[in-house]
Amino acid sequence: MGRTLAEKVWDAHIVRRGTDGAPDLLYIDLHLVHEVTSPQAFEGLRLAGRPVRRPDLTIATEDHNTPTLDIDLPIADRTSRTQIETLRRNAQEFGIRLHSLGDADQGIVHQVGPQLGLTMPGLTVVCGDSHTSTHGAFGALAFGIGTSEVEHVLATQTLPLAPFKTMAITVDGTLPKGTTSKDIILAIIAKIGTGGGQGYVLEYRGEAIRALSMEARMTICNMSIEAGARAGMIAPDETTFAYLQGRPHAPEGADWDAAVQYWRTLRTDDDAVFDAEVVLEASDLEPFVTWGTNPGQGLPLSASVPDPADMADENERVAAERALEYMGLTPGTPLRDIAVDTVFIGSCTNGRIEDLRSVAKLLRGRTRAENVRVLVVPSSARVRLQAEAEGLDKIFLDFGAEWRNAGCSMCLGMNPDQLQPGERAASTSNRNFEGRQGKGGRTHLVSPLVAAATAIRGTLSSVADLGPDVVAPDGSPLTDADRGLLSA
Amino acid sequence: MEKFTQHTGVGVPLRRSNVDTDQIIPAVYLKRVTRTGFEDALFAAWRGDPSFVLNQDAYTNGSVLVAGPDFGTGSSREHAVWALKDYGFRAVLSPRFADIFRGNSGKQGLLAAQIAQEDAELLWKVLEANPGTEVTVDLVAKQAHCADVTVPFQVDDYTRWRLMEGLDDIGLTMQHESEITAFEAERAAWRPRTLPAKHLPPVEVVAARPVAAPRHADDALA
Repeated sequence: MGRTLAEKVWDAHIVRRGTDGAPDLLYIDLHLVHEVTSPQAFEGLRLAGRPVRRPDLTIATEDHNTPTLDIDLPIADRTSRTQIETLRRNAQEFGIRLHSLGDADQGIVHQVGPQLGLTMPGLTVVCGDSHTSTHGAFGALAFGIGTSEVEHVLATQTLPLAPFKTMAITVDGTLPKGTTSKDIILAIIAKIGTGGGQGYVLEYRGEAIRALSMEARMTICNMSIEAGARAGMIAPDETTFAYLQGRPHAPEGADWDAAVQYWRTLRTDDDAVFDAEVVLEASDLEPFVTWGTNPGQGLPLSASVPDPADMADENERVAAERALEYMGLTPGTPLRDIAVDTVFIGSCTNGRIEDLRSVAKLLRGRTRAENVRVLVVPSSARVRLQAEAEGLDKIFLDFGAEWRNAGCSMCLGMNPDQLQPGERAASTSNRNFEGRQGKGGRTHLVSPLVAAATAIRGTLSSVADLGPDVVAPDGSPLTDADRGLLSA
Repeated sequence: MEKFTQHTGVGVPLRRSNVDTDQIIPAVYLKRVTRTGFEDALFAAWRGDPSFVLNQDAYTNGSVLVAGPDFGTGSSREHAVWALKDYGFRAVLSPRFADIFRGNSGKQGLLAAQIAQEDAELLWKVLEANPGTEVTVDLVAKQAHCADVTVPFQVDDYTRWRLMEGLDDIGLTMQHESEITAFEAERAAWRPRTLPAKHLPPVEVVAARPVAAPRHADDALA
């Protein structure tokens, strides 16, 4: 019988097959490290007198704690400073490559791997961070691990892993204008629930997925974890190869040819069987927003805040009641009428150059809604530099947005970028949990296009709400490139 | 992990049951970035009490703790084991352990040895009558000796084997190191390496400033 993409990558990394119910021992191709989940792992190595087995398969960056302002000054928060200084010491001691704050290659760990060309099809990629699933967009098997596993990988470059189940998520058709890959994944999570992917590696496939750019694919795989999945993957294709070729660590010459030849085999065999299958029609999708406190509590923007009384499932009803109370929302309120205080554009989900371009396209020549704070945080220093080279920073600043240095920022508020109690945000990030973006903060997860439209109007909005002159408020003609940006 | 076959050290009688992990180490100590240096945190709430057993000179250097039943209940924090080890304990004897604590102990090389309730009472009497008396914990024979008293203890065979071999999870994996090395030898050339580092040319990254500051260089000049 044929194998799925995930099974092929798994099989190619078995160092030792587990017997008598023991887990398989898998080789890890790439280990990404950041300051929050690594200190005790390095300490463990030091105590046991163990070296890092493969510093040349390991790379570290500073992201979770880093400030996005005044990055050339000492970090004010003591705990943050300690964690970052600890990572710097550990990287030095164990000979690990580190991209520190202020370095052009610093950024969110899930942006750094792909932009350096380290993330490739057919790899196993791990990191002490649940959004490691992002790298699955390249056809890599990528998942988040705990601190003791971080230590295990540092010491052995392997992990004992329990087997997984496979789920195919097929998205047919074409995305309508104004919708993005963020809307696809929010719709998927709303459909299967935050636990729907538990124990599974998801494989996203179908015409709508194939049509997406690499960056848009990363957005989808990034949020696999929000459906409870162990990982999410997309089979590599010409789009993947084009993204990779020429990047600093991409293979060259004969190695490139050998790699591409192998990568072309990384697709689910026609006769392979998935443990579960889900099908979605892209043309039915609208811009999606969340109304509650988990990423599964989402609806099309044209809908209204749901009434828990209408929910048949007892657990679902109780969760919705609690969520609405925390979010300060009344059932029946059109989602479009919800006013926000803050718009956050950034994170490993939607802080890449394409995201910034599509946002800038909408903001150009327009004015910010009164009393709305707009924070634009690129996912890496290179993305920031690229945006500045294209003049996007000027557009953001003229609009009245704040243009920051790279990092995780308000996605999780470990640095000073936080919501105040009761503040409401439209956020391009990945989690709307209670207190995630700051104690008492209220988060609506949205696509970059919805975030931009919301920043202009002040209430949750889509591109369509901006009227017919949407793309060219300054009178410049609508180009094919503009259409492309707005439709995918 | 250090191999554990036999250990001799001062026995500490802790006449308490249900010593949970919050008592072993309070949550306030969990923010640290280290895995060592928790000795001051061990039993933090009790250490201020001069009558607490570890504050008595004869027991201060203890390394074998004899506690009441249900030791290590509550939170799963691995810090509880780190704190006991950092203080100098190599073994804890108790009539009953919480599962997670027992598991964590095994991973970190601390012996959690289960003894009968009456044997705990017996050991307490000896250790209290003659403070500073040493206890010998013999993992091979699964017995603890203290003065003229010998008590049997239980530990599961897998943990015992791992402790005697000095194997933690990493140690177990490294038993297959030759297989890892063989796998690495076959690793395709196209698969990435982070070193030597390759990147785009270094460029200066300019620090963003708070909004109150001038937004453009032009503004600053004006």
